[in-house]
Amino acid sequence: MYRYDEFDERFVRERVAQFRDQVGRRLSGSLTEDEFKPLRLKNGVYLQLHAYMLRIAVPYGTLSSKQMRQLALIGERYDRGYGHFTTRTNLQFNWPKLRDIPDILDLLADVEMHAIQTSGNCIRNVTADHFAGVAQDEVEDPRPTAELIRQWSSLHPEFDYLPRKFKIAVTGAEHDRAVIKAHDIGLRILRHPDTHEIGYEVIVGGGLGRTPMIGKVVREFLPKADLLAYLEAIMRVYNLEGRRDNKYKARVKILVHEIGTEEFSRRVEEEFARLDGPSVNADPAEVARIAAYFAPPAYETLPATSGAFEAARAGNPDFARWVETNLTPHRQPGYAALTISLKPIGAPPGDATSEQMRVVADLADEFSLSEIRVTHAQNLVLPHVKLSDLFAVWQRLGEAELATANAGLITDIIACPGLDYCALATARSIPIAQALAQRFADPARQKEIGVLNIKISGCINACGHHHVGHIGILGLEKRGIESYQITLGGDATENAAIGEILGPGLAAEDVPDAIERIVSVYLAQRQAGESFIDNVRRIGLAPFKAAFQDTNREVSHAVA
Amino acid sequence: MPLLDRHGAKAEIWTRSEGAAIDNLSHALVDWAVLPEALAQKTRDQRIGVVIPNTVRIPELKLLMRQLSLIAISFPSFGDGRGFSLARLIRNHGFTGTLRASGPLIVDQFAYALACGFDEVELPEASAVRQPVEQWVQALGQISHGYQRGYGDSGNILDRRRSARLKHAAAG
Repeated sequence: MYRYDEFDERFVRERVAQFRDQVGRRLSGSLTEDEFKPLRLKNGVYLQLHAYMLRIAVPYGTLSSKQMRQLALIGERYDRGYGHFTTRTNLQFNWPKLRDIPDILDLLADVEMHAIQTSGNCIRNVTADHFAGVAQDEVEDPRPTAELIRQWSSLHPEFDYLPRKFKIAVTGAEHDRAVIKAHDIGLRILRHPDTHEIGYEVIVGGGLGRTPMIGKVVREFLPKADLLAYLEAIMRVYNLEGRRDNKYKARVKILVHEIGTEEFSRRVEEEFARLDGPSVNADPAEVARIAAYFAPPAYETLPATSGAFEAARAGNPDFARWVETNLTPHRQPGYAALTISLKPIGAPPGDATSEQMRVVADLADEFSLSEIRVTHAQNLVLPHVKLSDLFAVWQRLGEAELATANAGLITDIIACPGLDYCALATARSIPIAQALAQRFADPARQKEIGVLNIKISGCINACGHHHVGHIGILGLEKRGIESYQITLGGDATENAAIGEILGPGLAAEDVPDAIERIVSVYLAQRQAGESFIDNVRRIGLAPFKAAFQDTNREVSHAVA
Repeated sequence: MPLLDRHGAKAEIWTRSEGAAIDNLSHALVDWAVLPEALAQKTRDQRIGVVIPNTVRIPELKLLMRQLSLIAISFPSFGDGRGFSLARLIRNHGFTGTLRASGPLIVDQFAYALACGFDEVELPEASAVRQPVEQWVQALGQISHGYQRGYGDSGNILDRRRSARLKHAAAG
C-alpha cells in the first residue's frame, strides 16, 4: 500500500487547517453561503435531508486495517455507530455535526486519509479494479497509476472549477471490474501489440446520470510516461469548452457527443502536441517510487490446493456455497481473494457498523496482510487469504453477520442512499433493495438464477449505476408518488451497455413481482450454462417486455 | 475597483477607455471588441491593455498579443474556471506582460490564479469589502506545495522529491 511521505503528510494537514479557516471565514461573513458551498463540497461535506454528510475518500478502494479501525472509531464517536460504503468506493457518514468535522479530518489525517475532492466540480476520488495486484488477468497493477493521478489531481490550480464533476477510473486487467467505460476518463493499461511496451488506452466521455453514455476511445495507445501531459490536455479542452449554461449538459460526455469523438480527439491531440510534456509529466523515478509501494507482499510459498480447505468444503454445505460465490482466484498459489458481502438479506446495501469494521480489520491483520479493499459494488474484499485459513475466516465473518454468500448474485444489489438520506433523491432506494433481497432470499434459488446484477438509483443522477445493471431500477416521483422505472440489458464490464426501459413506471410494491417475471422469462428460456445477461443479449428484449406488460396490466387493473 | 497582487493592495495605473478612443491615455484599457481599432491609434509611448471574455480563443488573440502590455481575463462568476485555463494558454503561447483576473474571485482561488500565470486580481467592491487584503495574502501560504509540475514557482512536490533523490544519490 502507498504510504505518505513528509510532503503528502504536510499537504493533508495543511488542507485540514485550510478547511478550518474556510469555516471560520464563512462564520465571520467573509464568505457568502454561495461561496462557501463549493469549498465544503470539495472537502466532502454535504448538507443532506436531515443532517450534514461527510464523504471520506478511499483512493482506488484500498484500506489498511489501521485505517479501517479509525473509520470505526469515527463512526462510533461522531456518528451513530455505522458508515456507508458508496459506489465510488468512498465511505459516507450520515450524521456528523458540522462543528466536529475539522476534528474528524484530523483523525483521518492521522491515518493518511482525507475527504479531499469527494464532491464538487473537480476531479473526484480515482477508482480502480478492486482485485488490483491479485487478479490473474492483469497486465499491470493499476494502483500506481491511480495514486499518481490522485496526487496530480489534488488541489489542481487549473482544474478545480470545472464545468461539472469529473471521474477517472483505471484498470490493468482484461476483464473490466472498474466500469471504466462509464467514467469521464477511463484508462486501460495494455501492451502495445507490436512493441509490447506498456501504455494506456484512453477512453473519454462515458457517464451515467440523466444522459447515460458509453465512453469513446480517444487514444488507442498512450505511452506510460506521457500520462499526466495527456490528462492535462484533456482537462484543458474540457475546462475551456465544456458547457456551463446547463448543469445537466456540463459533463465531458456531452462535449464529446456534441462535437464528435474525432473532433474532441483532434483538439486534445493538438493541445497535447503543443504543450511541453516533459515539464508536466512525472519523471520515471517518481513513478517507480510510487510503484514500489505496490510491489507484491511477502507471500508464503504454498501448494495450489489445501487439504484442510477441501475437507471443510466437503463437510460444510454453507461454507461450500460461500466459497462458490465469494471467492476469487489469486495469482499467488495457495491464496484467494474473498469478498465480504455488505448485503445481508434485509439490510441497507453497503452499510457496516463500527463493530463490523473492527472485525474486518482484525481479520485483515490476522489473515490478509493487513489489507482491505472496497468495491464499487459496495462490498469489501480481503485480498490475500490463504486457502487453509478460509474456513476460520468464514466462521469469524459469520459471527459478525458478514458471511452472506451472495457476491454477484441477485441479492448483491447496488443501491444509492435514496430518499432516506439524500437531498437530491426523488424516491427511496434502500427499501426497494430490501424488498427484493427478501423476495429472492432463498439460497438455492439465488444459485439457480446465477450472476445477476440489480442496481437501484433514487434519482436521475444515477449514483446507483442503474443504467449498467443487468436489471436497473430508477426511482422517480410522479405527482407526489414514487414510481420505479425498470431497465434491462445494462452491463458494467468491458462489454459495457446501457439498459433499455421495459415499460411504464411501477409503484414500489409492484417492483418485486415485476423482477420476478423478468427472472422467470430467463429461467424458462435460457440454454445450458447461459447467464442472465447473455440470455437477454441472445433473445432480445421482446419476451421480457411482454412479461413486464403483464405485470403492468394486472397492476392497472387492480388500481382501476 | 480594488486591485491586489501577491504582496497586497496595488494602485491602479490603467484607465478604461471610452470605446476605442484611447486619446492620450498612457495606460489605456480597452474592450476586446474595439481592440483592433484602438491598436491602430496607438502611439509609441502608449501602453494598451485589453479586457477579454473567458471565451476568447487563442488563435484570435495570439497575433495581437505582442502589442499588449496587459490582458485582463473576465471571471463572470467565481465558479466559472475557464479563466484559469485561458491564462495558462496565454502564458504557454509566450505572453510576458501583466495578466489580470477580473471578477468576483474568492480568497481560496488566489494561489490557483497565481499558479496559472496571473499577476493580479481586480475585485468588485462588494467582494473586496467582505474579503480584506490580509486574507488574500495569508491564503497564499496555506498550502506550501502542490503536486503539479509547471504551475507557479513555489516548488512542487514532485520536483522536491526529485531533488531530494538526487541529493541522496550524490551523498551516497
